[in-house]
Amino acid sequence: MAYTIVGKSVPRVDAVAKVTGKAKYTDDFFERDMLVGKVLRSPYAHALVKHIDTTKAKELPGVKAVLTYHDVPQIRFATAGHPFNLDPSHQDKADRLILTDKARFVGDAVAAVVAMDELIAEEALRLIEVEYEELEALLTPEAAMKEGAPLIHEDCPHNILSDRGFWMGNLEEAFLAADTMVEGEYETSMVQHCHLENHISYAYVDAHDRIVIVTSTQIPHIVRRIVGQALGIPWGRVRVIKPYVGGGFGAKQDACLEPLTAAMTLAVGGQPVKLNYSREECMIDTRRRHDFKFKMKSALTKDGKILGMHIQAISNTGAYASHGHSIAGAGGSKFRYLYAIPAIKYEPKTVYTNLPVAGAMRGYGSPQMVYALECHIEDIAKKLNLDPIEIRQKNLIEIGHVDPLSQNKIMSSGIRECIDKGKALIRWEAKKEGYRQQMGDKRRGLGMAAFSYASGTHPVGLEIAGARIVLNQDGSVQLQIGATEIGQGSDTVFAQMVAEVLGLPMDRVHVVSEQDTDLTPFDTGAYASRQTYISGMAVKKAAEEIKAKILDFTWGMTDIPAHALDLKGQNVVYKHSGEVVIPLEDVALSTYYDTVFAQPITSDVSNNARVNAVPYGVTFAEVEVDLKTGKIEILEIYNVHDSGTIVNPLMAEGQVHGGVSMGIGYALSEQLLFDPKTGKPLNNNLLDYKLPTIMDTPEIGVAFVETHEPTGSFGVKSLGEPPALSPAPAIRNAVLDATGVAFNQLPMNPQRVFEKLKQAGLI
Amino acid sequence: MYDIQDYQEALTLSEAAETLARNPRMRIIAGGTDLLIKLHGGQIEAAELLSIRKIEALSHIEKMPDGAIGIGPLATFTQITQDPVIKTDIPILAEAAVSMGGPQIRNIATIGGNVCNGATSADSASSLLALEAELTLISSRGTRVLPISEFYLGPGKVDLRAGELLTEIRILPQHYVGFGGHYIKFAMRKAMDIATLGVAVLCKLETGNILAEVKIGLGVAGPTPLRCLEAEAYAAGKVISMDVLNEVGRLAIRSAKARTSWRASKEYREHLIQELVPRALREAIVQAGGGEIA
Repeated sequence: MAYTIVGKSVPRVDAVAKVTGKAKYTDDFFERDMLVGKVLRSPYAHALVKHIDTTKAKELPGVKAVLTYHDVPQIRFATAGHPFNLDPSHQDKADRLILTDKARFVGDAVAAVVAMDELIAEEALRLIEVEYEELEALLTPEAAMKEGAPLIHEDCPHNILSDRGFWMGNLEEAFLAADTMVEGEYETSMVQHCHLENHISYAYVDAHDRIVIVTSTQIPHIVRRIVGQALGIPWGRVRVIKPYVGGGFGAKQDACLEPLTAAMTLAVGGQPVKLNYSREECMIDTRRRHDFKFKMKSALTKDGKILGMHIQAISNTGAYASHGHSIAGAGGSKFRYLYAIPAIKYEPKTVYTNLPVAGAMRGYGSPQMVYALECHIEDIAKKLNLDPIEIRQKNLIEIGHVDPLSQNKIMSSGIRECIDKGKALIRWEAKKEGYRQQMGDKRRGLGMAAFSYASGTHPVGLEIAGARIVLNQDGSVQLQIGATEIGQGSDTVFAQMVAEVLGLPMDRVHVVSEQDTDLTPFDTGAYASRQTYISGMAVKKAAEEIKAKILDFTWGMTDIPAHALDLKGQNVVYKHSGEVVIPLEDVALSTYYDTVFAQPITSDVSNNARVNAVPYGVTFAEVEVDLKTGKIEILEIYNVHDSGTIVNPLMAEGQVHGGVSMGIGYALSEQLLFDPKTGKPLNNNLLDYKLPTIMDTPEIGVAFVETHEPTGSFGVKSLGEPPALSPAPAIRNAVLDATGVAFNQLPMNPQRVFEKLKQAGLI
Repeated sequence: MYDIQDYQEALTLSEAAETLARNPRMRIIAGGTDLLIKLHGGQIEAAELLSIRKIEALSHIEKMPDGAIGIGPLATFTQITQDPVIKTDIPILAEAAVSMGGPQIRNIATIGGNVCNGATSADSASSLLALEAELTLISSRGTRVLPISEFYLGPGKVDLRAGELLTEIRILPQHYVGFGGHYIKFAMRKAMDIATLGVAVLCKLETGNILAEVKIGLGVAGPTPLRCLEAEAYAAGKVISMDVLNEVGRLAIRSAKARTSWRASKEYREHLIQELVPRALREAIVQAGGGEIA
């Protein structure tokens, strides 16, 4: 389909604001007499707070308030950034207090101070005297599940938060019919989002006794609800404003500090209070990715057809639920669109431990599942002595497939073309041939991995989105969306959609980037790779409504029926010929000032999308392993994506670069570490947490296979999270190809590689 | 927000020495890339700082008539990386300097700070040890000169006495003329990282294929940067071969005091020493005019 602006690499609408520093982030706003909040954190992984004496802290000059669990509402609340569910049995797990009387991880917030400045606040924290009663620290899911282990939350026996899995088909029959069974165990690590802008918010009480919170969030409307619940006040008394945001990757799809910031301003009579987490705090007391352990067992025919798969998974959710109860389930659902596996039994256990809280992070259970699955498929190919690409091709799902559990139907798929393209880009055949006989200390290898994902959360979650458009006097428009720009480029994509429908150049579409729950249409926010697909439907709907109203108004002005008219190049034109009827500006002016018919044109729509579209893709990687030092170098890496229509190729490429870089860190270096005895964090800073730098990131090759997804506006599917899904297993499979050694644990850092190669007799 | 109670700037060496003599609690700040992190992390509280950034006499890099190379402690890592004397005569120091941090850090961090901070992981340390650098320290009591190997006392601890200021790092001609060298920083990242192991090797050849002298400096192989004297003694006079190189690597471990931490195990660190010392020596031999070893 030929579009004018959709599909073009137009510059980001916020590019100039960001590079000139005019874009204002939460920390750039100043309120008069703003105070500073600080948190006192537990030094113990698991301990009861027996007594807190705040007398000395309160006496320190410059201290305005000291809060403990006595001073906050005793209401347990859930922090996960999900749409509210009217069915109580599907509501998020409410297991948190704003300040706790039982520390559940090292860093858990037990008290807080509001003071004139940061140094006074820090001094005051040192003056708070806390008496703890230490409990046994449960630092692994195994320790947490063992008989007689203390309960981290009283209502969860064996510390299991959730064990909801699924089965489909007849696995026993599949196992009986199999020629071969292949088993494998795979383990992923705890990683952190490392978004550029740390978590920060400030709050004050306005003249109407409402709490205003300015915060770096992906989900302003949800934060409003959660703060209302946490404080036990009507949700409408809370106003949440989201300015520019410097990245989130899921860590801000959670109400991490807003309820506490609100409690702090209430404690000082509504005076503004800023709570600004340091990187060190951010890395332990916001969210991280769940580490998973998988056991997989597959039934196969001798020519590599998968008959059935049994997947057991243990997910470590840390001290509080956050998204924990949903993530194992989400990971178990989105991979099902890749291979036609007639029988699957999925048994996940999500377990509380005394470690920092795991939550949403780019891929939401799928980076873990895709890693395990694509390692496992590679192991199957090796065991059956089949080509790893052919075995994948043999099992791929076809268009028309309906998932028996979600009822989502595959309506577009470019997975086969993605594989072909990736293979050609990396010159698979030629290189494979060249690497057959390798000697010496440095060995090269090739690997690939594929994935399927989703666009939004339907049918599990509600997919509602809102958009509002106003036609200005000059024929330009304002676009307001509830969907949040957090760096991924959604504002630009939405503006392109509006420009496309209304026949406008980009500079005539003004996007209101800020979300304000008082002013912005309702949308649940940036997560689940949902905005271009889900919020895009609302945007298109709003634009089409504006267009219909413009043409209708023109009918009144010109007597030419609306159905004979169209919008092009800032004019109302004849649909059949393109001949200009009247400049759009003249129509717009009349909508405001015609003495009889004036009625400014607006649209304000909501869209409840009850569909889901499946994006696909692959990673192809070539590595060189230094057998003597254990270092893995990525020589070439390509990600090829089927995300339907690509609205903005340059931004899409950037999205893929970021995702692949995240995948490379996941594969090779990133891991949050804790003292195995005390649970104290060892590397919650960016020196010791090995986030790859640009120097560690190879040239990333990006290609798209553009399909047209019938359910998406303009044929789009999701692209936000997918790029981060397949790099880690592709790199692992390349290392396997290079060394013959299967690494089944992330990350493959040099020491781990050294130890395993030594075990294998290669050193 | 940093907990800085006092901040003063000295414009001359004597002013700095006097200020330090008056208030020995003052800490010297130059680039601040180590100090501010310690302040941020709470390892230093209520800091009283004396900045020496404005003392122009301390940022020189020059070659004296006798061939000695003098480096002012305020020379930044960027300056060292780009300096023609260093690039020509002691490129091993430029290699070490460019491996440190990222461009912004290299623009502000100074070599004097890197040395006085006393970290075993200091990127310049293993090269300066192999180059047998001499340090000039002044105070209101006078001047002393000592070899860098005696400066390091323990982890983060150096022989910088109360009121003392490092004014020059000097490398004598007998320690670099005729030597070829190579520095390997083994780290988890290619930039912005702390070394898992730093290996600096200098060597001088005789009649093309005999090792006349080898000097090996290691960082992060013990609580302080260290030399591998036993391996060096073994190497002297040996005909170059892979076996000799491997033996040098094996003996280098004996001088190391590697230990297990969550960053790396002792076993892995020692394996890296055994592997990377010969790798650095191989390249140093080429730099000294020798041939590649098959």
